[in-house]
Amino acid sequence: MSAQDILEAAGVEVSFSVGSSISARLRHQQHLLHAVDGVDLTVRKGEALALVGESGSGKSTLARAIAGIQPANRGQIKLDGKVLPARHRSRADQRRIQIVFQDPYSSLNPRLTVGGMLRELLRVHHVVPRGEVEARTQELLRMVGLPEDAAGALPRQFSGGQRQRVAIARAIALRPEVLVADEPVSALDVSVQATILNLLQELQSELGLTLLFISHNLAVVRHLCDRVAVMYLGRIIEVAPTEVLFANPRHPYTAGLLAAIPRMTPGDESTAPAVKGDPPSPLALPAGCRFRTRCPIAQQICAEQDPALIASSENPEHSAACHFAGQTSLANAPETV
Amino acid sequence: MTGALQLEVSDLRVQIASHGGVVRPIDGVSLEIAPGEAVGLVGESGSGKSMTLKSILGLLPPDAKVTSGSVVFDGTELTGLSHSRLNKIRGRRIAMIFQEPMSALNPVMRVGNQIAEGPRVHLGMSRAQSVERAIDLMRRVGIPEPERRFRAFPHEFSGGMRQRVMIAMALSCDPELILCDEPTTALDVTIQDQILRLLAKLCHESGTSLMFVTHDLPVVAQVCHKVAVMYAGRIVERGTVSEVFGRPLHPYTLGLLRSAPDVDRPGLSLVPIPGSPPSLASPPSGCRFHPRCQFAEEDCKVTDPPLRLLDGDRATACLHYERCLDQMGTDT
Repeated sequence: MSAQDILEAAGVEVSFSVGSSISARLRHQQHLLHAVDGVDLTVRKGEALALVGESGSGKSTLARAIAGIQPANRGQIKLDGKVLPARHRSRADQRRIQIVFQDPYSSLNPRLTVGGMLRELLRVHHVVPRGEVEARTQELLRMVGLPEDAAGALPRQFSGGQRQRVAIARAIALRPEVLVADEPVSALDVSVQATILNLLQELQSELGLTLLFISHNLAVVRHLCDRVAVMYLGRIIEVAPTEVLFANPRHPYTAGLLAAIPRMTPGDESTAPAVKGDPPSPLALPAGCRFRTRCPIAQQICAEQDPALIASSENPEHSAACHFAGQTSLANAPETV
Repeated sequence: MTGALQLEVSDLRVQIASHGGVVRPIDGVSLEIAPGEAVGLVGESGSGKSMTLKSILGLLPPDAKVTSGSVVFDGTELTGLSHSRLNKIRGRRIAMIFQEPMSALNPVMRVGNQIAEGPRVHLGMSRAQSVERAIDLMRRVGIPEPERRFRAFPHEFSGGMRQRVMIAMALSCDPELILCDEPTTALDVTIQDQILRLLAKLCHESGTSLMFVTHDLPVVAQVCHKVAVMYAGRIVERGTVSEVFGRPLHPYTLGLLRSAPDVDRPGLSLVPIPGSPPSLASPPSGCRFHPRCQFAEEDCKVTDPPLRLLDGDRATACLHYERCLDQMGTDT
């Protein structure tokens, strides 16, 4: 871990037992779903790192493990060199990593006014002396662009975009070092998305926040983030600075993902989709590389060996988990839909 | 306008009586679709785009009713048509694909039978014929091993496969028009890419017209030739996709384009549209967009601008649309 790294995840695994009825449990036939299956990731101080991937890739679960909401079964999460316990984190530790959720309708207490919510946090965590709680509450509302009288209002009196501002105020109230944002704009209309993205960007530079941004929207990621980590079925399969990743993806899944983004200008009329098929069930993962069942360049070795995430020889910043990293030509892609 | 129109919606108005008074989610919408054409209908939540789509087939919620206007499909007026007459058109000549296939499919009926039902009911096919047709359709939409998966239930399918079943159902009676309501919004981007390509290819092959409702502008750019932009129950701009997205002539369209990040233009800063959409129970006077509009003048508060036809099929409902051109000029 170098000096500029603030957060490090090492060998993090999170699994859930699924479909385990009592009889199955008694017969020791529990199925474990490995939502996050051995992830190493470092986040640098002050950067905006994106975690991208499709549903079921484990990006939200990883984010929740980092924030301490979902305890990791294995592995370590370190903040500034200090190992954070997987469960029962101290208040001081909780403060340092805060999270903003996707749905501002279900993540705010409907019975608590916005001011009440913020004041409670400030008091419980002793963020400011008691006498300054009121002033700090007003300051937080101002920072996220809400009017002063918002403090007396209940969440239901706000629009989706305003609620997300409340959620952001709640997260930054504790002066965290790392802000985890889990799809913070996915539930919002386009015109409102922009205000929240701009706000996150402003706060990040003003407060020197480190941002871990989870999204499936690659256009948003390219706009906001410095680096991108791509997840597929519980693993990180590629990490690179944003522009390097978009210009030169080394993993065939990343290449396919980028090609699948709908563009404002109609592309070529070729009928071959960028990535074929559906992802396999996370309960029955293929042997070897997890992407090989959909991969246009898979070979024999891909079925035999699970590729590790390895830095490129040309650019140590750019890692990919593929036996044929860099050979992402989709020229031989099958033409069936 | 040239040739016969497949679908012509004129000055459609829908109202819903609620506790807060009368709400008009659709307030004077006019739309045209020519045979073989793919038209996108875009807008944000509450703009009335889905409602417009549903009103075409008489699928409005019970408390909503069409108060005026007409929907003419291939010479037949659809508004006010009895259920039995509408049922001869629904699924047979106009098909629909919904956003959430899991709630649109029957969970306790085998998918093959759901696909075969249309041809049996509408085309008078025998059981054996319809089964054969369903299997053929499943193959065409890219469902592997269709003979085996004919007997599967919807819950055994992934989201993308379910949407393929929906497409197979929609195509089962060779409809002239398919109405799509956010068909890929619930899907992952690689699956969305597969479904959009499939839909575009199949409609192109069979010459089926498409009406495509979505909030996602790039998705429209991938599938449609023409696009209409809705705001607060009205169409504010329409034209070909390249014209409307390349040279918007309504400040709302301009606002939508400037507020969404474009993956191919990462350096551009995002300019949100100030304010929020108006209440449909008491929309603002004059132009409904004027309280949020950067170009609004005094006349915009008074005059309700009609959708004016410009050159070709281009139309805008803005009194000062020239200003959008100047603005786009400063962006690039």
